[in-house]
Amino acid sequence: MSLLSPQDMQAIWLSVKVASAATLLSAPLGFLAAYLLVFARLPGRAVFEGVLNLPLVLPPVVVGYLLLLFFGRSGGLGQFLETFGLRLVFSLGGAVLASAVVGFPLLVRSVRIGMEGIDPHYLQAAETLGASAWDRLYSIVLPLSGRALLAGMTLMFARSLGEFGATIVLAGNIPGVTQTIPLAIYDYTNTPGGDRQALALCLVSIGLSLAVLLLSEAVNRSFQKRVRR
Amino acid sequence: MNLQANLYKKIGPFELNAGFELSSQRCGVFGPSGSGKSTLMHLVAGLLRPDRGRILLDGRPLFDSEQKIDLPARQRRIGVVFQHAHLFPHLNVRQNLFYGWQRTAAAERRIRPEALLEALNLTPLLGRGTATLSGGERQRVALGRTLLACPRLILMDEPLTGLDEELKYQIIPYLNRVFDEFRVPLLFISHSLREMRLMSDEVLVFEQGRVVQKLATEELARRQLGAGNRGYANLLTLHDPALRGDLWRYRWGEGELIATEPGAAGANLFELGAKDITLFKEGPGATSARNRIDCRVLALFGDGNRIGVELQAAGGRLISQIVPESARELGIEPGTQLTAVVKASALRRLY
Repeated sequence: MSLLSPQDMQAIWLSVKVASAATLLSAPLGFLAAYLLVFARLPGRAVFEGVLNLPLVLPPVVVGYLLLLFFGRSGGLGQFLETFGLRLVFSLGGAVLASAVVGFPLLVRSVRIGMEGIDPHYLQAAETLGASAWDRLYSIVLPLSGRALLAGMTLMFARSLGEFGATIVLAGNIPGVTQTIPLAIYDYTNTPGGDRQALALCLVSIGLSLAVLLLSEAVNRSFQKRVRR
Repeated sequence: MNLQANLYKKIGPFELNAGFELSSQRCGVFGPSGSGKSTLMHLVAGLLRPDRGRILLDGRPLFDSEQKIDLPARQRRIGVVFQHAHLFPHLNVRQNLFYGWQRTAAAERRIRPEALLEALNLTPLLGRGTATLSGGERQRVALGRTLLACPRLILMDEPLTGLDEELKYQIIPYLNRVFDEFRVPLLFISHSLREMRLMSDEVLVFEQGRVVQKLATEELARRQLGAGNRGYANLLTLHDPALRGDLWRYRWGEGELIATEPGAAGANLFELGAKDITLFKEGPGATSARNRIDCRVLALFGDGNRIGVELQAAGGRLISQIVPESARELGIEPGTQLTAVVKASALRRLY
């Protein structure tokens, strides 16, 4: 008998899907948010920053519950999305949303630190050379903060693989639909004799995280080489 | 080029309040650090917004607080060369050079890249990364990058300040050649009078955020004659050095001068301090100095205990600094024939 049941394989596949989707969807937004925080003179910047960082300090269960209030059947946004046939509660979309919201501050934080290291003179020079704000974002800021963006995405991906609290509240624990690795492990630990299966998934979890870290390090190196040409 | 500006900007305790009009092709902004030169540059380039005022370039408003005009920097077509070149570190030399060119409309591309690369001797650097460039090379690339955006005016903010003396004088000929060849007006910002004289014809003198003077750069230099102990330096273009014993003979206009330093074929720029020129009424007799130059007094200027004597020699004009007592004793007045005596070692080669 194989160590992993078909249901476990599903959980692993779901985890990878959810973490990838959450990371890829958040990356452009996180990049933009970091750009606004670093380079734009926003009114109410502190509030913006506070709200962004809130999921980092709130218990994930609270985040999940708040999301449930907003996106649930009775929540305004939930009703609005329902008219487009989009239901986030107890669905894969909900799992992605929960992971994205919880991991977002980590992504922004990382990108922001990278952007703060960019000499603003580069942007001034680019501006006098005729580059518009979007052009500067794409041609100067993005390449110069690429490593930070990558680091942020890695961090976010890893965080999403482990996301539990917000996911279970918003998306539930439905095998094959929203049951990711942590939720499956939780189920096994509640089942008599499930230790072996739980441990197997733990090992998969460790392997996945390590693989992501190694991959990101490799990409980072090639980045560095390209920049220091 | 015609640049008119009337600007007010307050930054913390510092206030800039400047009104001026510049029309020469090579203009300078001169003043000590902290006098507001860089702020002025940022305001003109559009990198900083004036609190109020007006900027007109060739009659076209770039900024006008009354008419609510504020052209963004990228639309002003004003090139900036910063003190530290600020080359984009993720792009190589070629990509840096063409960054502005690619963002310039085809109709505005007046400068031919091949000609510019050649004039600045940039072709050998094209494939290099910016981290491997020397200070002088960086500034040349920065200048090339700015010029390739084909700006209507170039602002240079202390571009030579970070470079050592030798590099500085290696770059100046490139600068002069490029600005001559491509006819781009220049606003050159510096606290160095010598750089200012090499790069500008007309100069605004800044002090504490205000324009205190606008005058010809040569005039500014002459006014230094009586001030402090810097004095006035003659800048002489000498040609075609030829070995003569262990010294070098240069062609200076119709005349010639002997110097101790070897130079390059073609034009060389030498500096000669006004106080290193001794004047004799009836010839010096036997002297150790190698240069005796017959000349005629054109004018005397300055006051205090040091005055300047402007001389016309075969090679060109010279200014000698003497004390009023000597002028009285020798009876120096416009038209007087004199012999100017200069040691070979007093001529210092800049480039």
